[in-house]
Amino acid sequence: MAIAPGELRALIGANGAGKTTLFNLLSGFVAPSSGRIVFDGTDITARAAHERVGMGIARTFQITEVFPELTVHENLRIPVESERGLRLRPWLSGPVARQIQSRVEELLELGGLAQKSWRLAGELPHGDQRTTEILMALALKPRLLLLDEPTAGMGEQETYEITELVRGLHRERSLTILLVEHDMRVVFHLADRIMVMAEGSLLADGTPAQIAADERVQAAYLGASAT
Amino acid sequence: MLQLVLFNVFNGLIVGAFYALMALGLSLILNLSGVINFAHGGFLALGAYIAYSLMPLVGFWGALLVAPLLTAVLGLAVERVLIRRVYGRDPLYSLLLTFGLAYILEDLARYIWGAQSVPYPIPEALARPLSTQFFFLTGYRLFMVALVALAVAALFFVLGRTRLGMRIRAGTLDLETVSALGVNVRVLRNLNFGLGIYLAGLAGVLAAGMLGLQPTIGTSLIMPSFVAIVVGGLGSLPGTLLGGLLIGVASGLATVFMPSASEAIIYVMMGLVLLVRPRGLLGEEGRLK
Amino acid sequence: MTRLQQLGPTALVWLVLLTMPFWINAIGGYTELASRVVVMALAATALNFLLGYTGTLSFGHAAYFGLGAYGVGMTLKYLVPSTTLGMLIGVVVGTVAAAVIGALIVRLRGVYFAMVTIAFGQVFYFIAFRWNTVTGGDDGLTGWQRQPIDLAGIRLDIQHHDVAFYYLALACFAASVGAMALLLNSPFGRTLQAIRENERRARFLGIAVERHIWLSFVISCAFVSLAGTLYALLNNFTDPRALRWDLSGNFVIMAVLGGMRSFWGPLIGAAVFVVLQDYVSSHTENWMSIVGLIFVLVVLFFPRGVLGLLQRRGPA
Repeated sequence: MAIAPGELRALIGANGAGKTTLFNLLSGFVAPSSGRIVFDGTDITARAAHERVGMGIARTFQITEVFPELTVHENLRIPVESERGLRLRPWLSGPVARQIQSRVEELLELGGLAQKSWRLAGELPHGDQRTTEILMALALKPRLLLLDEPTAGMGEQETYEITELVRGLHRERSLTILLVEHDMRVVFHLADRIMVMAEGSLLADGTPAQIAADERVQAAYLGASAT
Repeated sequence: MLQLVLFNVFNGLIVGAFYALMALGLSLILNLSGVINFAHGGFLALGAYIAYSLMPLVGFWGALLVAPLLTAVLGLAVERVLIRRVYGRDPLYSLLLTFGLAYILEDLARYIWGAQSVPYPIPEALARPLSTQFFFLTGYRLFMVALVALAVAALFFVLGRTRLGMRIRAGTLDLETVSALGVNVRVLRNLNFGLGIYLAGLAGVLAAGMLGLQPTIGTSLIMPSFVAIVVGGLGSLPGTLLGGLLIGVASGLATVFMPSASEAIIYVMMGLVLLVRPRGLLGEEGRLK
Repeated sequence: MTRLQQLGPTALVWLVLLTMPFWINAIGGYTELASRVVVMALAATALNFLLGYTGTLSFGHAAYFGLGAYGVGMTLKYLVPSTTLGMLIGVVVGTVAAAVIGALIVRLRGVYFAMVTIAFGQVFYFIAFRWNTVTGGDDGLTGWQRQPIDLAGIRLDIQHHDVAFYYLALACFAASVGAMALLLNSPFGRTLQAIRENERRARFLGIAVERHIWLSFVISCAFVSLAGTLYALLNNFTDPRALRWDLSGNFVIMAVLGGMRSFWGPLIGAAVFVVLQDYVSSHTENWMSIVGLIFVLVVLFFPRGVLGLLQRRGPA
């Protein structure tokens, strides 16, 4: 499988088809038993998860993973500092601290969370937590963003907001995005290309129109998972 | 020289058998419930002291039979009242709880039976060496090895062939599924804990005969149990058994060549295992947490 | 929170600590007790750097405490009558041991990590016990005393004046907690908290988790060994009990009792524990049972500790 830079590709399939496993392989959480993973010309198969982050791959998780007892501000500050290579730094000079502060504020604005930045992340409503998580991934200045079911468990309004956020990220920042989704409206709304997985392998791969017309896919998934 | 080495290897096997017996109980509890029972040593000591107090009434054999059972009953009660409350919480709390329990048990022993060593008499029949050539082969040592082997065999039988054992094994792998299949997880954990404590009590009674009995006997034996689990393999009972025997023998051999290091050597082994194979010799992948 | 509200508690703490020798006798205590509180508070705060802030379970910190204690004792007894050199050696020994052991165990987590910290703690206990020609074995290391310190022409006579020693201990405490506070408020400190909160997420933010845990472990043990040197100097004595598992447990309970998530929690916990220990052990021999009971009660009823209880009453 190959993804072109700047593409927004969606990955769909029934539960257990292997979508999260694929993400785990790409992000370095799990090692492949065979085959290679090449990112922008570099073979990253043997690289550890945190190294891949440094190379520009960021992901979110199916179950929202933020730092619950830290504030939203702190949640964002950590990836910003990490991205600048400041993780081990025991102190910060004035100008650097200001740079970090403004970057965090920029992210908060983007996600509409500026008013809530002092609240503990664990206490936010689900949609805001998911937004925080996406912003955290964004803070890493990724070139490839892996989003694992970003709208799972959300109501209409929240789904809309997240979809718009992702669309904005794709259009304005030309990020390459690989998106796992169950909500077909979101998928057809956003994707340049769609990949369909079943039982661990690729069933179909094409533009939204092609996939919508594909009989096998229709039979297996679109009928069942259209919301 | 050969006799010296043999003596120490054999001695090491016996000691290793103890370590294994205690470590198995600890491992049972750890694997199913995720709790490090630091009070395991306290239960060991208690088992020994109960046997000591019962002996004038029921004799050596009666005490051997009854004391571990009584200790196990106490274990069941402790699990029901205390340990149960910390399942599912951060492991810090189960450690703190069992630490506290260990303090209480050790102090209790000291309070009831005194801080000094008390003698633990073994039957005359067992104390005699069986042959003049192999003078170290006393009946008691052989008896201990035999009893430990019997206990371990019985444990693996229970785990492998009884319904309780099967549920314990399944629960170790996936407690949620087991409960969804209708098994009463509370009772299972309770019985599992009791089983582990029974082994501790038994180890205590046996140890008293060989090492002498004082309130600190428990904590001196619990550390090697930890090492046995780490060396033998996290999450693996056969591994724990192997680990216990290995460190016992290593300790025995060290006594021949470098006596002052006989205790430290097991920690060196642990260090090596951590360096080369953190999950232990027979340990399962993914058990590091 | 206003600036005053932020700095208020800190100012109060320092006020109390700086003036302690003057009022401690009035409330039925004595200067040595105050010194002991400060030393234990340092140890508990150092442990909490690892436990409360990095979320890593170490139940074997007494090993490094004891190494510091024996380091200074043995230096003063066998090498040279210099308190400062002794302290330096004590800290170096403790830190190096922590660096080596830390590297071995950093791949483990949770209960397994705790297990090996306990086990490694025991090695040093055995060595101190067995090597009795050098360490004095079970009887402890005696025959030495803390020496006055000469700094830039000023003599700090800690040998003959308890109050002078108290201020030395306090100075070490201040420097140490200051350093720790600085670290915790930096990117490094935030990274540690991220690891505590959600290790997987931290890894996926580009954080090399094992390396950070190792660093936190070494820093924590370095300050604990400093506390150990002070403890030995306080008593002019050390014995294997400074290395034992129960002391490790005591450090943890001090941190938890006071409140793991706040910086001054361990200080509060240490103060309560040391004072209680002093009072109870003069009335009964069963101090150990009381401590055990404290452990059990804290776990069952006060897991967030004293400060945790107070914080809950504040604004959300």
